[in-house]
Amino acid sequence: MSDFKKSGMSRRGLLKAGAVGGLVAATPSFFIKDAWAEEFRNNPTNSGEVKLGFNVPQSGPYADEGADELRAYMLAVKHLNGEGDGGMLNTMKPSMLTGKGVLGKKVTYATGDTQTKSDAARASAKRMIEKDGVLMVTGGSSSGVAVAVQSLCQEQGIIFMAGLTHSNDTTGKDKRRYGFRHFFNAYMSGAALAPVLNKEYGSDRRAYHLTADYTWGWTQEESIKNSTEALGWETVNTVKTPVGAGDFSQYITPVLNSGADVLILNHYGKDMINSLSQAVQFGLRDKQVNGKNFEIVVPLFSRLMAQGAGDAIKGILGTTNWNWSLQDDGSKAFVQSFGAEYGAPPSMAAHTCYVQTLLYANACEMAGTFYPPEVIKQLEGFNFDGMGNGPTLYRAEDHQCFKDVLVVRGNENPSSQFDLLKVVDITPRAQVEYDWTIFGGELGPYEVKM
Amino acid sequence: MDAIFIQILNGLDKGAAYALIALGLTLVFGTLGIVNFAHGALFMLGAFCAVTFQKIITISVKVRDEGVTAFVAYKEQPYLETWFGDTGRIIIDYSVPLSIILAIPLMLLVGYVMERGLIKHFYKRPHAEQILVTFGLAIVIQEIIKAYFGANPIPQAAPEILAGSANVGSWVGLGDNLVYPWWRLIYLCFSGIVIFAVFAFLQFTTYGMVVRAGMRDRETVGLLGINIERRFTVVFAIAAIVAGVAGVMYTPILPPDYHLGMEFLVLSFVVVVVGGMGSLGGAVLAGFLLGIVQSFASMNEVKDIFPGIDQIILYLVAVVILLVLPRGLMGRAGVMDD
Amino acid sequence: MTNMKKPSFNDTMLILVFAAAILAMPLWLDPFGGNYPDLLQKFAIYGIFAIGFNILFGLTGYLSFGHAAFLGVGSYAAVWSFKLLTMNAIPAVIFGVLFAGLLAAIIGFLSLRRTGIYFSILTLAFAQMSYNLAYSVLTPITNGETGLQLARSDPRILDKLFSDGPASAGLPSTELFGETMSGYPGFYFCAVLLIIGFYISLRIFRSPFGLMLKGIKSNQNRMKYTGLNTRPYMLTAFIISGMYAGLAGSLLAVTDPLAGAERMQWTASGEVVLMTILGGAGTLVGPMLGAGLIKYFENIFSSFDDSVLQQAFSFLPDSVLEIVVPVVGLFVGSGWHLTLGLLFMIIVIFLPGGLVEGFRRIFNYFTSGGGKAETQSVEAHNQAGE
Repeated sequence: MSDFKKSGMSRRGLLKAGAVGGLVAATPSFFIKDAWAEEFRNNPTNSGEVKLGFNVPQSGPYADEGADELRAYMLAVKHLNGEGDGGMLNTMKPSMLTGKGVLGKKVTYATGDTQTKSDAARASAKRMIEKDGVLMVTGGSSSGVAVAVQSLCQEQGIIFMAGLTHSNDTTGKDKRRYGFRHFFNAYMSGAALAPVLNKEYGSDRRAYHLTADYTWGWTQEESIKNSTEALGWETVNTVKTPVGAGDFSQYITPVLNSGADVLILNHYGKDMINSLSQAVQFGLRDKQVNGKNFEIVVPLFSRLMAQGAGDAIKGILGTTNWNWSLQDDGSKAFVQSFGAEYGAPPSMAAHTCYVQTLLYANACEMAGTFYPPEVIKQLEGFNFDGMGNGPTLYRAEDHQCFKDVLVVRGNENPSSQFDLLKVVDITPRAQVEYDWTIFGGELGPYEVKM
Repeated sequence: MDAIFIQILNGLDKGAAYALIALGLTLVFGTLGIVNFAHGALFMLGAFCAVTFQKIITISVKVRDEGVTAFVAYKEQPYLETWFGDTGRIIIDYSVPLSIILAIPLMLLVGYVMERGLIKHFYKRPHAEQILVTFGLAIVIQEIIKAYFGANPIPQAAPEILAGSANVGSWVGLGDNLVYPWWRLIYLCFSGIVIFAVFAFLQFTTYGMVVRAGMRDRETVGLLGINIERRFTVVFAIAAIVAGVAGVMYTPILPPDYHLGMEFLVLSFVVVVVGGMGSLGGAVLAGFLLGIVQSFASMNEVKDIFPGIDQIILYLVAVVILLVLPRGLMGRAGVMDD
Repeated sequence: MTNMKKPSFNDTMLILVFAAAILAMPLWLDPFGGNYPDLLQKFAIYGIFAIGFNILFGLTGYLSFGHAAFLGVGSYAAVWSFKLLTMNAIPAVIFGVLFAGLLAAIIGFLSLRRTGIYFSILTLAFAQMSYNLAYSVLTPITNGETGLQLARSDPRILDKLFSDGPASAGLPSTELFGETMSGYPGFYFCAVLLIIGFYISLRIFRSPFGLMLKGIKSNQNRMKYTGLNTRPYMLTAFIISGMYAGLAGSLLAVTDPLAGAERMQWTASGEVVLMTILGGAGTLVGPMLGAGLIKYFENIFSSFDDSVLQQAFSFLPDSVLEIVVPVVGLFVGSGWHLTLGLLFMIIVIFLPGGLVEGFRRIFNYFTSGGGKAETQSVEAHNQAGE
């Protein structure tokens, strides 16, 4: 069915083909289902190209992050096809990527707008799968969207390489056989942050949590609470705030008299920008409580978002998946390549998206086929290095990547407009690993009936 | 006691923001009979006046940024600083309040063009069509802003001296633990002044009197030979300016992005309707009332009893008020009943 | 106008043409790049949503800003039916419609005490409360931001009763007596329900009940002076309209078993208002057209990225291409909202009656001065589109 809709075909070409194609495509799929039983969805065998689906937020609050993800994807496609300087293709180990496409086929792509809404994200993913004939879907900037698209991809038999998603659920209770996450999660943030918090702020602290009132916020609150309480910290209160509240003043003022000396903001995106800058305005950081300096912690930091908070981020501790200031070969190659192309360093969202694309392409090469179950088996338990995070494992049991986690601090004296985060500590991988059974969930089958 | 005092302050501050947006909205509705879904966009445009002003005064020379070594990068040094030194730095520091100078003429122009070019053709059209056309306009405005400024919030700092908090507790004798940000106190005062100015204009000037008469009975005023249409243009421009300066002053509290207007749109309509359509006093009263109610509903003690109450309190209060008082707090009969 | 009480020949023609057009959508949408199951399903489902909304707004003039709540409740009810009872679509649809009707009865009973914008804000307030609660406090029922999903461990009492075979390895899919409800079969299921929904709406428009509602729209006070209590009529219209929304919501879940809270947000309520006005409020086919247009924009225009544009304009010389692509790029891809906004403005300014009025004008333009037969058909068209 997707044969005549080759990706390279222009709109005009489509118009011409329309007359014939309409008749074929209108044939209800159950008539021809049997003919494809040996096949898999969107099999590119008879085509010279392989098409990937980039599903990123292009409108709504995360549009800029989505735009950065898209830049990374286009760069990855270039590098896979042997254009440009090759970026991480040169540093990735082990790698079977040749810069001549994937399995000899040129890589092309389709894009979609998730709008950071589950419904819209699934609709655009379906459009790419059903109409554009993509073989893999990737991208996104929120856990709700990642979980929703991931389960769709499982049903459709299409591999999903998650973009930015930090909730424990993505590879925990909502994990799927066809879904893979390179990004770290809330549990790892907690495990990486705790020793640094202990070192910087001591073990006798009283924490107050403000938490975005939805699934991601809750998992992060739980993870951070567990790891700080293990240090000996006391949790004074955990307060849920409505998503998109805008003005957080009524949630910040009770902190002043709560006896807490640390405020933990389990917010992301605009909520983080607003709550952090308002907390600073309320003078929290100038306060002395229990004879200690009052501190604010933002467990998940994003450089792109941090720009919106201006000076408020200076000195604030948090974690991040990757930062462009890293000096390993992989990071340097990627930053150089990205910077030369777009004039700005990549964000951590861009990094994870770029790496995911390369990992998928490499797995296809290793499998020698695009057949998803074989590709999945190559990704499961795959050990690699040279992608910016040190030696990394794609754990087979839950499809979560395990790698070093960066603890960062908002830079007090930025040397450039991009130099917002300073790496305080690189938490080794062993310290953030956990038993995959603690979050429950099951992966599901390799073979998907169509 | 502390907690209650500070939540009242919070509520007043929130209320000031709600009231300022609702004021312009209800002014336009009361006089022109227009349901303006683009009013939130005007607020957002105001906020971006501050951004633009800051961009203009920080127009910079590009100098090689030595801090970045991975690739060739540039950093910027404002001309204002190179030319005027410390004076330039002070001007940049005060860019938010100073940008009102830009916002007033710009919003006047926007209001004038919008009313003459679009709104005036919709005076006699059904409210549903007014809603659709102004909503379309709001989308167009925000997409243009997005195309120029991107989707990320752009931080606007308050002047250095006003960035911290005031020790409000010591003023009222409640101890040192009671602080409130200077800028929010200034916003509160500022909105009080604007609200007073709008009321004074309508109440004490002949011009305002005619406008008020027009609100009551447009046809009769027209029959008296007064060019009421021209005055309507002025009223619309005033509403745009009020929304605009409210947006400018709000930027240090909430870093603006292109979507800011939509977030306030629904809320401001709730405020206007709770106050009573077309009633200026009602809008202000409802703004402060809802602000304070929302602040109290967010207190931990209240949330412990009613979980999630802070999520719905605004709407709950709106429902109760509308069911008890058919036309909101101060609405007149016959306005928007059909 | 004497033929209003029973379906006339023209109405029969209308419903037949409508049914043919809907069922043949895969054929005639293909040249526009709109022929793939998900979009076709969305056309049909949002068509139902808009037709139902039109029964309230088009007939009575009451502008509800809270219809998304019914859409959301329909979805949640349907997914729960899949989880607890059976993967069959029929009970899911029934529960979706029932629960939406129930919620509509409660909200309608309270909101209809007020008129005009006070009514609109009441419905908006109820819907926003539902949304905020579903997103946060009600997460045990709604699964919050992630959305309510199926799980292998769901009880599915009825399914287990009738089959004793081992559960399959993956998640079960929604079905209608064995036929999977994703892909084209899902579309045809929605399409049939859309046609039935359209037929019911047509009958309501032509019925004494519909006339009564139109009377309320033109002058509620006069209706009241005649000693008539208008409230029960209004409430009935509101509930029917809510049930349509519930049907649409349950179909969203049938074709794709996931229910997210954002379906209840005010923007979703606003969307159906825009669809209806865009197509032509109070007309029979208008809302359906509006729904189709907005969904087409959302799904197709948003997918034109720069590389697609490069290909589309590849016939132009490079220098022109460099100017054309960025300019056009402002309106498509990530800028598709801009085109939508402009479209709203243009249509309202120049075609207050929506798309239907546009087609009527074109039709009249081509047929003016034509033969007698054509004049008749114009009349028929006008009646149909009333």
